[in-house]
Amino acid sequence: MTTHAKTPVDPAPSVPVGGAVGRPVDRRDGHAKVTGAARFSAEHHYPDLTYATMVHATIARGTITAIDTAAAVAVPGVVAVLTHLNAPRIRPVRKGNIVRDLGPSVSGTEVNYLNTDQVFWDGQPIAVVVAQTSVAANEAAPLVTVTYREQQARVDFAAEQHNATPAKGDLTFAGTKKKGDAEAALATAQVSVDLRYTTPGLQHNTIEPHATIAVWSGDHLTVHDTTQSTDASHKYLAWRFGVPAAQVRVRAEFVGGAFGGKFAVWPGTVIAAMAAKAVGRPVRLALSRKAVSRAAGGRTASTNRIALGATRDGRLTALIQDSITHVGSVGGLLEATSSPARHLYGAKNMLTRQNLVEMDLLPNTWLRAPGEAIGSFVLESAMDELAYELAMDPIDLRMRNEPATDPTSGKKFSQRMLREAFEAGAERFGWADRNPSPRSMRDGEWLVGMGAATAYHPVLRLVADVKVRLSNDGTALVQCGFHEMGMAAATVQAQIAADALGIAYEKVRVEYGDSDLPPGPMAGNSNQTATVATSVLAACAELTRKVTALARKTGTTGQEPAATLRAAHTPFLEASVGSTSRLGSLRSQGRFLATFLKDQRWSKAARGAQFCEVRVNADTGELRISRWLGMFDVGHIINPKTAASQLRGSIVMGIGMAMSEQTLVDPRNGRTMSAGLDSYYLPVHADIPPIDVAWLNEPDKSMPLGIIGLGEVGMTGVAAAIANAVYHATGRRIRDLPISLDKTL
Amino acid sequence: MKTFNYLRATDVDVALQRIAVEPGARFLGGGTNLVDLMREGIEAPETLIDITRLPLDGIEELPDGGLRIGALVRNSDLAAHPVVRGRYPFLSQAILLGATGQIRNMATVGGNLLQRTRCLYFYDEASACNKREPGAGCAAREGFNRGNAVLGTSDACVATHPSDMAVALAAIDAVVEVRSSRGTRHIPLTEFHLLPGTTPHLESQLESDELITAVELPPLPVAAHSYYRKVRDRASYAFALVSVAAALDFGADGRIADVRLALGGVATKPWRARTAEQLLLGAAASEDSFATAAAAELAAAVPLPGNAFKIDLACRTVVAVLRRLTTERSGS
Repeated sequence: MTTHAKTPVDPAPSVPVGGAVGRPVDRRDGHAKVTGAARFSAEHHYPDLTYATMVHATIARGTITAIDTAAAVAVPGVVAVLTHLNAPRIRPVRKGNIVRDLGPSVSGTEVNYLNTDQVFWDGQPIAVVVAQTSVAANEAAPLVTVTYREQQARVDFAAEQHNATPAKGDLTFAGTKKKGDAEAALATAQVSVDLRYTTPGLQHNTIEPHATIAVWSGDHLTVHDTTQSTDASHKYLAWRFGVPAAQVRVRAEFVGGAFGGKFAVWPGTVIAAMAAKAVGRPVRLALSRKAVSRAAGGRTASTNRIALGATRDGRLTALIQDSITHVGSVGGLLEATSSPARHLYGAKNMLTRQNLVEMDLLPNTWLRAPGEAIGSFVLESAMDELAYELAMDPIDLRMRNEPATDPTSGKKFSQRMLREAFEAGAERFGWADRNPSPRSMRDGEWLVGMGAATAYHPVLRLVADVKVRLSNDGTALVQCGFHEMGMAAATVQAQIAADALGIAYEKVRVEYGDSDLPPGPMAGNSNQTATVATSVLAACAELTRKVTALARKTGTTGQEPAATLRAAHTPFLEASVGSTSRLGSLRSQGRFLATFLKDQRWSKAARGAQFCEVRVNADTGELRISRWLGMFDVGHIINPKTAASQLRGSIVMGIGMAMSEQTLVDPRNGRTMSAGLDSYYLPVHADIPPIDVAWLNEPDKSMPLGIIGLGEVGMTGVAAAIANAVYHATGRRIRDLPISLDKTL
Repeated sequence: MKTFNYLRATDVDVALQRIAVEPGARFLGGGTNLVDLMREGIEAPETLIDITRLPLDGIEELPDGGLRIGALVRNSDLAAHPVVRGRYPFLSQAILLGATGQIRNMATVGGNLLQRTRCLYFYDEASACNKREPGAGCAAREGFNRGNAVLGTSDACVATHPSDMAVALAAIDAVVEVRSSRGTRHIPLTEFHLLPGTTPHLESQLESDELITAVELPPLPVAAHSYYRKVRDRASYAFALVSVAAALDFGADGRIADVRLALGGVATKPWRARTAEQLLLGAAASEDSFATAAAAELAAAVPLPGNAFKIDLACRTVVAVLRRLTTERSGS
């Protein structure tokens, strides 16, 4: 395992049969990606391919009264300019139904793109130029001139907050949760804090911007799309274009990061398919970074009241979190910011309430750890503040409030090892060396501080259809339409299948990222690994039963599976979970509900303890993070190498949220002024310290192979750990992200 | 991007003749800013005259101890030059704190001086900008102006000059050599860039038919003891919120015998802090004298809601840099 292949001739290290799970196997797609062999959505070639560029509205709300495309049409190479006056008609978005099928309704917005003269946000695509070259399309797009009748728009979150109303929530997340009388308990608490925290909107900036190639062949549509949900996407497109789902194929073999931003179908995908239909040729629509920030949603801003009451010995008596987030007028997501507050601490009285305000902005969407990223900043900062009020170690305070059962639902935890994570983490990080007084540690011109926070992300399991084929040449093929966004999804499923079938890891091939395959889950909510594993294990178990039966018949018991197949003159055996027939789809929904209800018997989550050391410049307020440790309770690890990468990448994203990222929406007109990497500050390498990640590796016995998804938990608690460390370094509480230097001065 | 003609110049005189008859043409150096601006539709020249093959890429030591830097010297090469590192260390530091290695490998000295502001509204075609479209108004004044200037601003424009290199050059009293078919001019760097006033679209003294051919550095003993400090919103790859170029020397009496101070990130042009210099000259090196000088320089600052913090930050950074130079000096 320590030898790394140097040439593509020997791409995989040798893994002992039966010992693939738990090994730090290299990513299967790694070589293709570093050599440029991987074809991303925009990189597929078709004869006669055309190139499209969208035109975006420059007002937040109003009506298009005139649109002049003459100058754009006149640019040499332009094939067509489509607007609401001449674009193909599409069907409205279908209303969602979680029990029946979410697919057709997973829409970024409810707008009928290029079918309406109405503008709902600054940046809404209102025309598309199709040309022989991308150069011509890009030259022509700015030449489209639009006249509007503007309406009053609600674009200033600070000003609109008072219009927020309590959110309803849904099956998985209630808008309001109450236990006891939290306000009364707060009023009589021996020690309390009552605070206001805010977080700005955040944008998606995946390394691969959103892109689509759409190809019509008669009534059949093939789409190469940057999606983390091929199944939902192909059903969605079938609905909107009024063709049977079987005639739409969505492919996404490689996705360059998604983080929730490529789950819903955004305008670019729909408009590419519309344009391809209109010009009768394949169309490539690859969004610029600017276009992504105008036409694909990000994270909502938030304002949060958090209040904690406690006894003098640090037992929580009251916990209140009241959050305000926004949605667009044409869609958006209830960001579940109260999620950590509902599950982390055993407060006797609790009130958590989500409030929503509708605004004339690009609808918000999922962005890594939606809810928990914000919620953990708010709650875990407040816990630190309370600890200082109590003159108590902040980790001690947390441990004094470790609940025996889920504090909101009363359910048993399937596993909860937060105490162990903090103990092991504190030891490894050297927490005991910390002088608890603020501004007590210094290194030259740098004030030094240490902070800690709890990481938390709940477990969700969906369903996957899977087909596994075992051939008499000793190979196996796993087919499932899941998604590879860079996290080694195929690698870990190959590890799981290899051990389940008792064959070598290298003998397992995995096909994914295509709606023609058995439908996989969307890759989100950290569900994919456990969801797909559930079905892979079931299919492999069925195959193993078949092989065992065949071995008895052929007298090959004890030999490798391929030997049994050869002895029986059977070229291959297959086993499937699920089917795409109408009945099969209904059964899949049934399986989803059964799994969901089964999982609901427990309170399940990924957890962890985040530790960091920061330096704040005493002269300039500049913040540098000098050390990081994340100690996680994330079940059984299938692949330590890729798991560490996921957790580390997540922590980097949390550092961005804490230090510099923010969507700048001009409060005067709703225009996004941070529409590019020059103005939206992601952290750079120099901002990132060495990141130590470790885990307890204790399997969650209620989950297949003890797996707990870990794609998002690493991001949670990061901003709070940093803010707490900044307080320790400087004595200043930063309650408004990002922690920019003017706030620490 | 609008389609354009591309010409490659092999001779300075030919390039100058060409631009004299085609005022809409632009010279193309490293292209690190101009090409971006063309992509965004902010600049749309009919013709680009590629000057990167012209023989203007040498660095030569002058008999008086100064340095003549060809306009096409790449930023990376200038920063790495042993004479620059030895005699003008803050110039080398300023360049290395700008952009990325890849950009510095492309960017030229002449182009760096002519790079345009990164004001968010200058870059957004849907927003009002007097620099992009004279008379259109300024959306930055009441918008996001964290990156904008507090010194040298006008009602019409608060855009910051983004260069780090030019801040060090302002402190050095560099001279810009420009040529046209009409002749050669020498312009002190501190006068090369224009304050916005009512004409923010006019950014330098360079005429449309002129080419920067060289930048000359005078001999400057104090510069051997200099430092460039850049403060920004992330550790790298960001423009300065505040930057300070400073050089400091002491007399036998321990008082400040020579000082150079210039500021970046806070002004509409590379800002030579002459007010502060005058107060520092002959003063004792102390936190108080540094703070007094910095405050005097920033007294003229006009803050906006989003960038008012820069006044204090600039003062603190000046003090920190002068303290550092003083400590180094007394330690050596």
